[in-house]
Amino acid sequence: MSRALTGTEVEERIGRGFPGAVVEANEQWVTVAAEQLVAVATHLRDDPELDFRYLVSVCGVDRLDHFELVYQLQSLSRNHITTLKTRAPDHKDPQVPSLVPVWVGAQLQEREVYDLMGIRFEGHPDLRRIFLWDGFPGHPLRKDWLGMPGGRHAGLGKFPRED
Amino acid sequence: MPFLAQWWDLRDLGNPVGHFLQFLNDHGPDWLPYVASALIGCVAVVLFLVPSQMVIVWAERRLIGRIQARRGPNRTGPWGIFQTIADTIKLLAKEAITSRYVDRWVFWLAPIFIFVPGITVFAVLPFGEHMVLADLNVGVLFLAAVGSVNAIIVFMAGWSSNNKYALLGAMREVSMLISYEIPQVLTLLGAVVFTNTMSLSGVVHWQDHYNTWLIFLQPLALVIYFISASVEINRSPTDIAEAESEIVAGYHTEYSGIKFGFFYAGEYFAGFAIAAVVTALYLGGWTFWGLEEWVPGWIIFLAKLYPIFWLFIWARGTLPRLRVDQLMAFSWKFLLPLTLVNIFVVGLEVLIWQENDLSAGAVLPACAIINLALAVGLTVAWARFLGHARADLRPRRALLMKEVGAIVYGQEP
Amino acid sequence: MKTEPFVVNVGPQHPSTHGVFRLRVTLDGERIVDADMIVGYLHRSMEKLAESRTYTQNIPFTDRVDYLAAMANNLAYCMAVERLTGIEVPPRGQFLRVIMAELQRLANHAMAIGAFLNDCGAFYTPFQWMFRERERILDLFEMAGGARLTVNYMRIGGVSYDIPPEFMPAAQALVKEMPQRISEYEALLLENEILIARTRNTGVLSADLAIASSVSGPVLRGSGVAWDIRKADPYCVYDQLDFDIPVGTRGDCYDRFIVRMEELRQSVRILEQALDMLPGGPASVPVPLALRPPPGEVYARIEAPKGELGFYVVSDGSPHPYRWHIRAPSFINLTPLTDMVRGLTLADAIITLGSIDITLGEVDR
Repeated sequence: MSRALTGTEVEERIGRGFPGAVVEANEQWVTVAAEQLVAVATHLRDDPELDFRYLVSVCGVDRLDHFELVYQLQSLSRNHITTLKTRAPDHKDPQVPSLVPVWVGAQLQEREVYDLMGIRFEGHPDLRRIFLWDGFPGHPLRKDWLGMPGGRHAGLGKFPRED
Repeated sequence: MPFLAQWWDLRDLGNPVGHFLQFLNDHGPDWLPYVASALIGCVAVVLFLVPSQMVIVWAERRLIGRIQARRGPNRTGPWGIFQTIADTIKLLAKEAITSRYVDRWVFWLAPIFIFVPGITVFAVLPFGEHMVLADLNVGVLFLAAVGSVNAIIVFMAGWSSNNKYALLGAMREVSMLISYEIPQVLTLLGAVVFTNTMSLSGVVHWQDHYNTWLIFLQPLALVIYFISASVEINRSPTDIAEAESEIVAGYHTEYSGIKFGFFYAGEYFAGFAIAAVVTALYLGGWTFWGLEEWVPGWIIFLAKLYPIFWLFIWARGTLPRLRVDQLMAFSWKFLLPLTLVNIFVVGLEVLIWQENDLSAGAVLPACAIINLALAVGLTVAWARFLGHARADLRPRRALLMKEVGAIVYGQEP
Repeated sequence: MKTEPFVVNVGPQHPSTHGVFRLRVTLDGERIVDADMIVGYLHRSMEKLAESRTYTQNIPFTDRVDYLAAMANNLAYCMAVERLTGIEVPPRGQFLRVIMAELQRLANHAMAIGAFLNDCGAFYTPFQWMFRERERILDLFEMAGGARLTVNYMRIGGVSYDIPPEFMPAAQALVKEMPQRISEYEALLLENEILIARTRNTGVLSADLAIASSVSGPVLRGSGVAWDIRKADPYCVYDQLDFDIPVGTRGDCYDRFIVRMEELRQSVRILEQALDMLPGGPASVPVPLALRPPPGEVYARIEAPKGELGFYVVSDGSPHPYRWHIRAPSFINLTPLTDMVRGLTLADAIITLGSIDITLGEVDR
């Protein structure tokens, strides 16, 4: 069984080398400040006890006032997984450092997040839209995107949900 | 005119034709028999080729279906026998889309000229004793010369299409055709050296006279000729120029409708030509050790021709395709040395035979055994020498592991 | 001699790109200098659509993600939601899920190997042979779930219908005949010199690049990394079943091909055990129509035939998911494509693409 490392366990490992990097840690995930993301990720990958050599998935979540990036990490030799998160506080023009220098597998996934959510990744070798065409208006997976041409405004209205 | 049997002796269709020409000679101007014989010959060749092609296309589709565990065409008529007619009608009715930027004249002429090598070669092929349109005494040279016109036609088609895929296909085709000309011609030369004549009916007569077929005396040459010819006419497994899965349709990408139909049919005509050459040179032509007294010679010829074509169909249904540089390496590094050794050995055998004036009954079996041993031994030894039997080219199975986590990249199993 | 590189567009309409996939290669003669992939022709914005549908209504969407192995997607999604809500699937449902997942793996690999050999030029013969078996498997799917391709069989809490009585004899007959059929395919293909000459040392992917690029599935195993979610992180009842994972050693197309062939055999082994061990009882637990999972998030993954298929579901307590993300194996397996293809000829690049085994529905979602 893959052992899921809790956020608190990972937090202590990170906390030793990078004080102040961890913003939040609980049972499931650990959130790291965006400025230290690359350094912390490199440490997670290279640390022999953690050995998170395999980046499983990159996902962006629109939390209405900030964006959240969720990284699932896996160690093949030790067979444990964990969740690393980071935040992009600016909702209009979010920027996050790219993890491509750490794990090459982030390349296409970060392009996808950029395309559908508009989060820019600094340091990505080739950041361009991947699914939608170059002139596409907006970024569809955002919660405030109502991409109907001619008619609705892209505004701050919340996405209608059943209550 | 040579001695002819009665005009109703249909065992050799040259008999009624010969009598007719004799009649024209007696009752008309001097040039009339020549013109008439040319016309009759051309019509006969076309009458053979076109129905054969229609039947063989149907047969190929059903046979490949059989190889692939499915039926072939089975809706258009009983057992689908009208499938080729239906396809031809479809191709004729299709819109012939021509891109605006093609080279007009070349584009239009290429599918017409594609028939030229295929049909012209039949001028020298003997279907029976007197059933040769033009019994040239340099028949083999004619074969080689006309057969290589194919390269130009294919390049015409690819270049005029103004299409990168077509150009890639045409370039591949030309490089391959040039590579395989040499083994093809040298293996034909093997037959010529042995039989001391370049005329195809002369070779058939030689085989009849010595009561043997050249396949027994020159197995290596036959196999190499078959492979080289298969490459020359773009038959799978060597149909690189029109490899559908890679460059869509190669040099005939831009052709639609009946122009594509012409390319398709031209490939079959060339295939028949190759099969007929193999039959005449290596399989004894219209002779069958005396059976030609009862069964017409041309029926024996056809009965040998179609099974050779079946070998083409079989190879197409079974083998994957080689890459173009592998194919050229195969020709230059593997086939060419083998054919050179073959010529050398054949020449030596003929020399020994003629110089010492040995009897055929002793020499020919010895030659057969030597050549067969040489064929097998040389092929295996040369393949090993070239490294085709390397350890890392042997088939393998995957390693089975019970636990996760190990990395075995780079380890030899 | 001065040569000029020229750009050739492979696809989107091409017989061998497995869907609408465009690869822009820069050729120098016949060798590839650079390859740029352009996807998105099949983008259907599933992740956005899912945010306005209930959890159960999203199950048919998952079918269409990787339409050649539909039930694997269903399974991963239902597992994710079950982990989120804490629903336990009864044992019969677990075994039925395993049976369907392995049948789906057989069908997918039959298609993948057939299409790969098509790209190699073996004029549809192995493709047709493999499709005989795939037809029988699709008939089984029709018996159980009502559809052949996008079956929509799994539900949150189990499976949608229990299997009809004619399923078991047909499945057992298939499983009994499969090993002999696989031997037939191996006899035709494994020792074929032309195939070995084409695929050996073509499209090599080293283990380090594979791990760094997050590839998974037969591509990762072909590069020598023994990693299979069924063994590493067992789900359903895989920990009660006995099977091996095939691993290659060179990372070339031939190794990916033999890994898939061997996975056929291992799937048959799993099926034999699962069909024997199938317990009685209910096949699913009832689940409310507008299921409201507690707020939270989950990432659940399975070993789909193409690789590691994962679903990341964020819930905020309403009947609709807040965020629904698919970790698509085909998409991520395309990451090292440019490196694998550099220096090869165009024909070999097509073969390499075929050996990665992508489905555009999964790449584009």
